[in-house]
Amino acid sequence: MRRVAFNRVALNRAALNRAALNAAALGVLAVSVFPVYWMVITAFKPTVDILTETPAFWPARPTLDHFATAVRAAGFWTFWRNSLAVTVSAVLLALVVALPSAFAVARLRWSGRRGFVLMVFVAQTAPWSALLVPVYIIARDADMLDRLPTLTLVYFVTTLPFTIVTLRGFIAGVPPELEEAALMDGCGRAEAFRRVVLPLLAPGLMSTSLFGFITAWNEFAFANALMIKDQGDRTLPIWLSGFSNVFGTDWGATMAAATLFMLPVLLVFLVLQRRVSAGMIAGAVKG
Amino acid sequence: MVRTLARTTARPALVIEASPRRKGALWPYLLVAPAVAGFACLLVYPLARSIVISFQHFRLGELIRGGADFAGLANYAEALGGPEFWAVVRRTFLWTAANVVLIMVIATAVALMLPRLGRRMRLAVMSGMVLTWATPVLAATTIFQWLFQSRLGVVNWLLVRLGFDSFHDYTWFADGGATFAILVALVVWQSVPFAALTLYAGLTTIPGELYEAARIDGAGPWQVFGRVTFPILRPLFGLITSLEVIWVFTCFAQIWAISKGGPGGATATLPVYAFQIAQSLHRYDLGSAVSTLTVLMLLAVLVVHLRRMFREEGA
Repeated sequence: MRRVAFNRVALNRAALNRAALNAAALGVLAVSVFPVYWMVITAFKPTVDILTETPAFWPARPTLDHFATAVRAAGFWTFWRNSLAVTVSAVLLALVVALPSAFAVARLRWSGRRGFVLMVFVAQTAPWSALLVPVYIIARDADMLDRLPTLTLVYFVTTLPFTIVTLRGFIAGVPPELEEAALMDGCGRAEAFRRVVLPLLAPGLMSTSLFGFITAWNEFAFANALMIKDQGDRTLPIWLSGFSNVFGTDWGATMAAATLFMLPVLLVFLVLQRRVSAGMIAGAVKG
Repeated sequence: MVRTLARTTARPALVIEASPRRKGALWPYLLVAPAVAGFACLLVYPLARSIVISFQHFRLGELIRGGADFAGLANYAEALGGPEFWAVVRRTFLWTAANVVLIMVIATAVALMLPRLGRRMRLAVMSGMVLTWATPVLAATTIFQWLFQSRLGVVNWLLVRLGFDSFHDYTWFADGGATFAILVALVVWQSVPFAALTLYAGLTTIPGELYEAARIDGAGPWQVFGRVTFPILRPLFGLITSLEVIWVFTCFAQIWAISKGGPGGATATLPVYAFQIAQSLHRYDLGSAVSTLTVLMLLAVLVVHLRRMFREEGA
């Protein structure tokens, strides 16, 4: 009898716990999503609805005017092209340089290997913001200020450690027997790598380069320190940071610009998730 | 190419025999050479240059003309002797502590919450956090400036609705403390997803039998966390905490984009302060000295942490 009553209390408490848990989850969800939601909603609201004391939480009359303003703003396409050029070239450079290093670390035995790995880890946690001043001075001495290749080089080195570490993991995941079999069949080492390892690395290369893309696309500190005089050499983050000079108090256009800036990153994240899970499933099936 | 190298460096009679060993000896170094060169030119050299400049008299004149005189410890003496530097140091430690503590507490709570949720709710919360994580820093700073806008910002509207009438048209970014608080909120908002999702991934590796055993032994939820979850995940906690300390301590983009260290220097942490001195005062020497001290302080903080971790692991 007493036990039944006790169980009922326990049951009620469990239901209460569940409700509290779900409420907390909804709170976390709201806090994480709301700022982004508010950006998108503002971008679609007509200016009249933005300039009101009581904000509307749903766009009654959605408009694309703000996106048109943002796209027509001076230099928009130049900045877009600059960001894309710098980001893509930095990521490709990092891949080309990281792949052989990752292979050497994952597959070959050599003295100095530990030291190299340690250097990569240190570089991965390097306080880059402390290097703003010397990099500025070095770039100035080398006459590399206000030039996009300078940013490419900086982003290449900032993404390199991470690229080496992840590619090393992916290479280590490819069974060495496959390569040995190819060597037995008369392939050279490079050919065995190209024919056997590289195709298996495709998902790894994809996700690694996409993460590198996000890092470089978002970078602000060095772009801000190294691209100073020439408007034509700026990247999107710099443009967005000066939105009050570009759009004044036009919050609709500012939020539209921020949305357009975020869009590629969001797409990359979506692609990435599918790729990574696909890669994991493929790995699981192959055992 | 490697084979030709091996052939030219070894004596002809030994080529066939020595070639595989030679090859094995040279290959790895050639493979890592580009990466090493990259790190040397763009990481080690700037760092070394920064340290050299911090011991020189290096201002606008030296920047344009080149050639700088050795100044000994003058820059360090100037930095360490002024009250401003120590105010910045205190602010940086407050900034780091506030952010890292909030990030770790919230992330742990969220990570512990996730496995207890229903499938759909868990998926929704995780997707929301991925969205936050995917938000570019500069998009986030722009959004927060809009959220906290004085007249039209939704935060002030909400606070007035909740009965805090003093927030009517409140200008957050004119006040040092308020700007500092917004920056903390921004950094915590952006950093929790990584920490929470990583901790959650760690949690899923703990076998359920351990929890069951603890519960049968009569452990409450706090004891289960303190005796089972935390000890098992301690390396992961240590790693995430160290990474967050590094990221928050050296945080630059968020602060510069929102306040440039202002108003009145209220948000100038060490990296921002070093850049300010170099950029606006053309005191590259003093800025480099502050940068070097920043790196040393970061190392000191992490060394204490690492040593404690080693000791705890050893015990």
